[in-house]
Amino acid sequence: MSQTIPQQPIEYNMKVVRQFTVMTIIWGIVGMSVGVLIAAQLVWPELNFNTPWLTYSRLRPLHTNAVIFAFGTSALFATSYYVVQKTCRVSLFSDKLAAFTFWGWQAVIVAAVITLPMGLTSTKEYAELEWPIDILITVVWVAYLIVFFGTLAIRKTSHIYVANWFYGGFIIVIAMLHIVNSFAIPVSFTKSYSIYSGAVDAMVQWWYGHNAVGFLLTAGFLGMMYYFVPKQAERPVYSYRLSVVHFWALISLYIWAGPHHLHYTALPDWTQSVGMVMSVILFVPSWGGMINGIMTLSGAWHKLRTDPILRFLIVSLSFYGMSTFEGPMMAIKSVNALSHYTDWTVGHVHSGALGWVAMITIGSMYYLVPRLFNQKEIHSIKLVNVHFWLHTIGVVFYIVSMWISGVMQGLMWRATNSDGTLTYSFVESVQASYPFWTGRFIGGVFIVIGMLLMAYNCYQTIRAGRRETAAGNVVQTA
Amino acid sequence: MDYGTWRGVFSLIILAIFIAIVAWAFSRRTKKQFDDAANSIFEDESSIDNSDKPESKKDE
Ligand code: HEM
Ligand code: HEM
Ligand SMILES: [Fe+2]
Repeated sequence: MSQTIPQQPIEYNMKVVRQFTVMTIIWGIVGMSVGVLIAAQLVWPELNFNTPWLTYSRLRPLHTNAVIFAFGTSALFATSYYVVQKTCRVSLFSDKLAAFTFWGWQAVIVAAVITLPMGLTSTKEYAELEWPIDILITVVWVAYLIVFFGTLAIRKTSHIYVANWFYGGFIIVIAMLHIVNSFAIPVSFTKSYSIYSGAVDAMVQWWYGHNAVGFLLTAGFLGMMYYFVPKQAERPVYSYRLSVVHFWALISLYIWAGPHHLHYTALPDWTQSVGMVMSVILFVPSWGGMINGIMTLSGAWHKLRTDPILRFLIVSLSFYGMSTFEGPMMAIKSVNALSHYTDWTVGHVHSGALGWVAMITIGSMYYLVPRLFNQKEIHSIKLVNVHFWLHTIGVVFYIVSMWISGVMQGLMWRATNSDGTLTYSFVESVQASYPFWTGRFIGGVFIVIGMLLMAYNCYQTIRAGRRETAAGNVVQTA
Repeated sequence: MDYGTWRGVFSLIILAIFIAIVAWAFSRRTKKQFDDAANSIFEDESSIDNSDKPESKKDE
């Protein structure tokens, strides 16, 4: 090592970050392709080829598990390990445990990919995996918790940067949710029954489901936002003080809003009302966070014109703002009476999932890949731009289709004739939905093509980086 | 304390905690610390990301 480097560079553990980064892209393609397949099955049911393994009922949970736990959670592993090291100026607490979280988590996903198409399921949404896999998840998650908080404990900086607060909150709450929701009595190696029943079961399930959205799909990705938006914009976050208030307000409110998934059910009325009120209040910290992210660009808006990576990050925030405006509205009981069970919910889900979660992830991956693989820049910024437009158009196709079909379904289901009979049969509403389901399918195809471009672009970047490394060159990255 | 009263008191406690957090976050005392924290992510420029821990590839 020569004398020109002023201080000893810190030797970070980037290997595990690289592994999770590559898997994020691969699982993203897999999960979204399954999404396109089930979207196509709704239009052309023959696409299940009369094979039980390929029926909609089994592939739908495969899609949700693949995109949330394989794509989204791998992205959270990768970025949290990266951010915690960079902001604490120290390598991971334990390389062995970190490697265990990588292989353990991939094992969980492979188990899901095998068991879900076999029809093995606990039937709890977003917690379908059977009890042996649940135990493995718990073990891996505890290891993750130790690596992350261990790294915070040995940090070389005095302050803990705000992104780590969001990541830390996400890791702790997901541990709690998963353990409580998964309590079950096994009757065989592949079948178990939840220890909860009736209205309590419903409440525990949606306490879990709602907060999985709040802490995995929201808090975790806000951690990403608080690091990668300022870094890519090359300016500090708009208001660090607001970010502190944002954190405490968000985590203390989210937990109470779960009953909005159970309006007009056997759940006590007052619980539904608490859920509704809390959901409406939740709008405030959500938009506080969004504004904090977007305003980071104030005075540098011109960068959006030239930098498609920044555009991914900022547009993801506008989708976040859209879904956190829509969510509180749908949580109002009279609105929910129309939207529940319809495609409107599915549209809301994907404006959060494809607009917010996927776009902030894609932007962060484009930031990370060159830095992790010894390159200054991504192979082709033009292709990133093409990806941006493919993805944006795809998401808009998806959401607009679902809004129209959702409201239409809700109105058709509640329409009555003057003698009190229903105006439409259910099948008529299905028939009327076909054009919109086709629209969603087309949007999905756009999105997957974009993901394939991303894989190609990253592959080329990694290859070029490998060549540099083999030649003994270190490309200095900022 | 009956349930209704308890809920009222609980709301007040939460409100007080919230105001305390806002006051703390926006107080003059924490300004410098938070400004430093916001800028801290730009201070790592000298380090190299593409190093594997065991066989470090940093030459030159
Ligand atoms: C190409 C992209 C995608 C397509 C075409 C797609 C398609 C679909 C389809 C057809 C459904 C079933 C809807 C129904 O049963 O009526 C669904 C459900 C779902 N998808 Fe996606 N999806 C995509 C990407 C994603 C991503 C990236 C995420 C998450 C990060 C996600 C999360 C979900 C969730 C949570 C559900 C369940 C919704 C509910 O139960 O209300 N999807 N998706
Ligand atoms: C302030 C924020 C939010 C509120 C108050 C909210 C509220 C709601 C409401 C009322 C529903 C419909 C429940 C039903 O009728 O079944 C819902 C469903 C859903 N939301 Fe949100 N939402 C918010 C933000 C988000 C975000 C940012 C995402 C994704 C990243 C998201 C993901 C979901 C999912 C996956 C479901 C479907 C659950 C299911 O039925 O399977 N939400 N949300
Ligand atoms: Fe929710």
